[in-house]
Amino acid sequence: MDFQISISGFVALYIFMLAAFAGWVIIGRVPAILHTPLMSGSNFVHGIVVVGGIYALLNASTVQEQVIGFFAVLLGAGNAAGGYAVTDRMLAMFKTSGHPAGHGGHGKTGTVKSIHVKKH
Amino acid sequence: MLILISHIGIGAVDLAAAFLFLYGLHRMSSPVTAPSGIFVAGIGMAVAVLASFLYAFDVGAAARPNLPVNLGLAVVALALGGGVAWWGGRKVAMTAMPQMVAIYNGMGGGAAGAIAAVELFGNKAPGAGALVMTLLGALIGAVSLSGSLIAWAKLDGVINKPVRVKGQQVFNGLVLLLTVAVGVYIVVASADKAALLLTMPMWIYIFFACALALGILMTLPIGGADMPVVISIFNAFTGLAVGIEGYVLQNPALMIAGMVVGAAGMLLTLLMAKAMNRSVSNVIFTNFGDVASTHKQGKIKGELKPTQPGDAGIAMRYAASVIIVPGYGLAVSQGQGKLYEFVKLLQAGGVSVKFAVHPVAGRMPGQMDVLLAEAGVPYDMIFQLEDINDQFATTDVALIIGANDVVNPAARTDKSSAIYGMPILNADYAKQVFVVKRGEGKGYAGIVNQLFYADNCNMVYGDAQAVLIKMIEAVRGLGLPAVA
Repeated sequence: MDFQISISGFVALYIFMLAAFAGWVIIGRVPAILHTPLMSGSNFVHGIVVVGGIYALLNASTVQEQVIGFFAVLLGAGNAAGGYAVTDRMLAMFKTSGHPAGHGGHGKTGTVKSIHVKKH
Repeated sequence: MLILISHIGIGAVDLAAAFLFLYGLHRMSSPVTAPSGIFVAGIGMAVAVLASFLYAFDVGAAARPNLPVNLGLAVVALALGGGVAWWGGRKVAMTAMPQMVAIYNGMGGGAAGAIAAVELFGNKAPGAGALVMTLLGALIGAVSLSGSLIAWAKLDGVINKPVRVKGQQVFNGLVLLLTVAVGVYIVVASADKAALLLTMPMWIYIFFACALALGILMTLPIGGADMPVVISIFNAFTGLAVGIEGYVLQNPALMIAGMVVGAAGMLLTLLMAKAMNRSVSNVIFTNFGDVASTHKQGKIKGELKPTQPGDAGIAMRYAASVIIVPGYGLAVSQGQGKLYEFVKLLQAGGVSVKFAVHPVAGRMPGQMDVLLAEAGVPYDMIFQLEDINDQFATTDVALIIGANDVVNPAARTDKSSAIYGMPILNADYAKQVFVVKRGEGKGYAGIVNQLFYADNCNMVYGDAQAVLIKMIEAVRGLGLPAVA
């Protein structure tokens, strides 16, 4: 059995189609409140390009290829690490009234109760 | 044997990574599960990067002597690029988030373009089909790189004004045609080994130069207010480029992750454009802002009625219900923390307080939600336009801080207005409206706001944070007991 992956023609199109559909459906359900973290999160996901950069760099046989491959890994790593740092920071800030992060929120349960939690 | 093991290892890990990306994005669709979502996706990324070093067991004969050096370079590039970007991402202020996303996105596009360049210069594409795909990925990646950098410069204020020249769209179209023509020439020339006008590497350089120029030329004429939509487009572009290069490298994890982002980015772009009541092509091809400045305003009835911050604060303390409409002006003065302090004071007095956030409040859809969350405001106090718009009519006070166009009733009534048809928050329906504003200036769209002249509206002039401090002082000064 051969484990070397070979994707050609229609198989590639099937993968692209299913992946595009998955992306469309997943994002379609995200509430507007999360649009910025989501843009940043999807930005992080395409940081996977760093893996392709590593492949290209390891297979570089000339100095020119090495230099360009180096930048591919450098930029890809920046995309992935930066995207993660920013998204994680943003998402960590979202809190409910039930668990205010050290900002008080006690002694006014009357008001808090009147605010219903939104369901999406 | 080692080669077989490395193939199985990479295949299994990439399969897991693809699943973790999809599952992580899925978890990001709710504020409750979102933090774990990015963590799940992060694990996928970490294992995929580690596993990619297994490629070392399967390098071509030509590259084998370079392997120790290449491995070292890869580790250095990972540490350097990852480290600097991580540090930047941790340091950046939340208000500067859109330009940071633009930079990281440009890096991804650049990486995809660089991978394509390695394939092209190394003449590694196995056939015309693969070569076409490589060039396509290179074009989209390069456009995304240079375009994102221009978007960053605009959002960061390095470039202040849209650069517009007559006939620019035609010129951009010609540059695109030229790029495609060079690409076609590369494909044809490498197929029949015909005599070249220039050496092949030279043609590849020309191709990349054209593609980079195209990204710059496309983005320069677009105004700063539209940059979020543009960044979202380039985000989708980078995803597409990554997916295409994934095909060239025969890596399904790249194909899946890239295409998921490509589709998600496209949908997100459409949602944003819809929130601004504009089509995506309208954002890219028309010069928004020009229309507003040449448009003649109708006669405005009424006059501006200024009031003191303290009076407005006390009025809200005695109200039963308050809805706050925050805008970018609040973020500029860094007043979110003071705002929440004021809100807690009102809540302690038994006032029902809600936040109403317009889809395009801030510089990026959803950015205002992030800024409020940063100040500690619980997200179940934050309501989106469609959920709260009916409640203004039964609300005592609407407090508008640093927002303008998103509450302009002209969007409902004035057909000649540039923002006609844009969904707005119906703040003018509240019994009393207070507008905190730095001066009498116009909003981003450059349109006079009729709401400010309405009978039930009072203006509170001043920097948002300074005004809020005065409001807090005034309410504290009343010495009213808190309601348990």
